[in-house]
Amino acid sequence: MIARILFAAILAGFAAGVFVTGVQTYKVIPLILEAETYEGQPAAGHEHGRASTPEQEAVADDGHSHGAGVWAPQDGMERLFFTLMANIVTGVAFGFLLTAAVVLSGRKISLGQGVLWGVGGFLAFSLAPSLGLPPELPGMPAGDLGARQMWWWSTVVLTAGGLALLALPRNFAFKALGVALIVVPHVVGAPAPESHATAVPAGLAAEFASATLAMSALFWIVLGAVAGWFLARADQHAEA
Amino acid sequence: MLEKTASFTAAQSLSTQRRLAAGLTAALLGTFMLLGVGFAHSDILHNAAHDTRHAFTFPCH
Repeated sequence: MIARILFAAILAGFAAGVFVTGVQTYKVIPLILEAETYEGQPAAGHEHGRASTPEQEAVADDGHSHGAGVWAPQDGMERLFFTLMANIVTGVAFGFLLTAAVVLSGRKISLGQGVLWGVGGFLAFSLAPSLGLPPELPGMPAGDLGARQMWWWSTVVLTAGGLALLALPRNFAFKALGVALIVVPHVVGAPAPESHATAVPAGLAAEFASATLAMSALFWIVLGAVAGWFLARADQHAEA
Repeated sequence: MLEKTASFTAAQSLSTQRRLAAGLTAALLGTFMLLGVGFAHSDILHNAAHDTRHAFTFPCH
């Protein structure tokens, strides 16, 4: 039974990872590539001085990597191949986490219920973190990386925990605590950059924000639906 | 009747145990993989997963 459950997570993650690569190729990656042409350039507007950080300059050296001389995939098919692989790994990782939540909840699962679980995943892993840390194009300024990663994880865990409490039936105290958990990271606030000045055009950043949110929503719906379908089959098998 | 209840409870707790094992295994595997693909500070991992990290809006750079 455990093997069937884990296998369902892997299959769903694989399917969602391949699917999302298609969406990205159409709508997200072109924006990343365009933003990279502005990377390392001084910010537009009134800041004529030194606007790029040492890291941004290192990034400008070899296209899209940190320190110079470190391996990076060649632009084109090789880069797309690694993106596909990384999307599949991400898909399977989220597939495991979604499956863990479904299985631990002990609730009945189906394709339709899976979509609802997927929406929960989108709220916790995409929408809530995006509220504090806007989707970020290469070359855009941002706060300290470690602090942002910590805020991202805290927000994900608190939002997921809050949603779990909200889903508990008819207990007002738990529901109130759930809302509080979801709100807390936004009251505390995400680490902000010192300045928003960037050479990346605002229109490009806005397009990227809506594209990534739509992409994530589609990804989570597909992941939830496929995981729900496979998990329902695993359930039937266990009951038979 | 009593027998039936006892066997039902045993079966249920067995499946609860299995559910816990499956759920916790999946949670650990998922967290570990997500940390590797989206959050590891290794330059090589970062470069390989660069577009994925930006697209899923993980904090990057």
